[in-house]
Amino acid sequence: MAPIQETEQEIIDEFMVFDDWMDRYNYLIELSKQLPEIDPKLKNNDYLIRGCQSRVWLNAEFHDGKIVFTADSDAIITKGIIALLIRVLSNRTPKEIMEAKLDFIETIGLKQNLSPTRANGLLSMIKQIRLYALAYDAKEKKNN
Amino acid sequence: MLSQKVYDKPLVYFDSGATAQKPRQVIEVVNRYHSELNSSIHRGVHFLSDQATQAYENAREVVRKFINAVHSYEIIFTSGTTMSINMLAFSFGENYIKEGDEIIITEMEHHANIVPWQMLCNRKKALLKVLPFDDRGVLMVEKLTELFNEKTKLLTLTHISNTLGTINPIKEIIKQAHKAGIPVMIDAAQSIQHASIDVQDLDCDFLVFSGILYGKEKYLEALPPYQGGGDMVDLVTFEKTTYNVLPFKFEAGTTNYIGAVGLAAALEYISGLGLNEIAAYEKELLAHFTKKLNEFGDVTIYGQSPQKSCIISFLIDNIHMHDAGMVFDKLGIAVRVGSHCAQPVWQHFGIDGSLRASLTMYNTTEEIDYFCTAINKVKSMFRTS
Repeated sequence: MAPIQETEQEIIDEFMVFDDWMDRYNYLIELSKQLPEIDPKLKNNDYLIRGCQSRVWLNAEFHDGKIVFTADSDAIITKGIIALLIRVLSNRTPKEIMEAKLDFIETIGLKQNLSPTRANGLLSMIKQIRLYALAYDAKEKKNN
Repeated sequence: MLSQKVYDKPLVYFDSGATAQKPRQVIEVVNRYHSELNSSIHRGVHFLSDQATQAYENAREVVRKFINAVHSYEIIFTSGTTMSINMLAFSFGENYIKEGDEIIITEMEHHANIVPWQMLCNRKKALLKVLPFDDRGVLMVEKLTELFNEKTKLLTLTHISNTLGTINPIKEIIKQAHKAGIPVMIDAAQSIQHASIDVQDLDCDFLVFSGILYGKEKYLEALPPYQGGGDMVDLVTFEKTTYNVLPFKFEAGTTNYIGAVGLAAALEYISGLGLNEIAAYEKELLAHFTKKLNEFGDVTIYGQSPQKSCIISFLIDNIHMHDAGMVFDKLGIAVRVGSHCAQPVWQHFGIDGSLRASLTMYNTTEEIDYFCTAINKVKSMFRTS
């Protein structure tokens, strides 16, 4: 698997192809279809991320030292955004996730093109992903 | 303001229900007072203070005339409708609400006309009762008398629903409440700029809208002040304070006097255009908009009252409201997405909220047509996926 920064650069390159945000939204809609979807059974309040205007469910599983994320949302653009995050951060070690700077979000102007409340939702998603990383990291250290 | 471009697209402003744009006359008056006449009212003995006081008290008279109140001291300036309701809920509650009493609201209220009363009921161990609406969004007025009893102390309801657009038959409702000896508060936040309001003809006991709390003299005299501070006092010693007369009793501290002057200019502007003319034009916009949305066949409108203001809440079938809202935004269209501060309304329909377009006199049918092409664009973007 390519390092996080490489995946981030891939996304930046893909986004820079488009001149305007309508095309980028269309692209996010395309990406939403590639989201590794969460088990429908887990689409309940326990897996819901608080602080998002639309519903976002996120699940994390730990395999061979790496965290694998699955998710879903009832809004398609949100689904595209979480697909981006998962593409960068899924299948990584807790340490990689915790150290990721996620500069690509700034570079592609994602935050600026969301309303402030939706930008908060994006931060909530990232926070939840990092919390999982923190938890698995602690668990791993305890086991060793 | 309205002629600007957003994201290189001409702005289509369909969010006047949240914040209406100001006419040039208002902006000029507010600018002039800030740059030439800014001073503390009711305190100074100098030229500027006198001028400012006069302007402030003139504004009160303009508001009085606009709603045809008997006395100008029945007009209290506040920071907004929400503050007006909170003031009333506190002051009215202090005097009139005790344990076991009941207050009636309706199912279509804005949170600002729910929560202050809920807080009051919690403080006083009183009960909040709710008059429901039917699936068209029409209040079930026939159920009103069932809710009335000797413990009912107040009925408080909105004139026009900020979500469903319903225009409530408030005159009839007030009459029924008064027959049962119950005072009524009308939330006119959504109606003051769209329908002519005569508080004497309506006979409402309280009326609130942006920046104003109106109350009948007999109630305002009896109510204790909401906030303590400067200007609201008569004599202050460390042992005891006596309060100033109406309306100053309710206007503690330095009020937003230039805001009051701006509000008066807005009311005069509206009066100049004619409220009936505005209402007739908005009715045309509503008819055009409703017809256009119905033509889609897959757009659901929430709020089908025969008496309706130009507020249209709707959803496009199988498309999330936030997805649609984000695309509308990028197309230069300002609509509101969500619960619009009235979650119980959406609980009635079993959904989270809606898209809401709220139009007024400066909107056009051309904008509505452009909006409909935007709906088509949204559909083509999200349906293929």
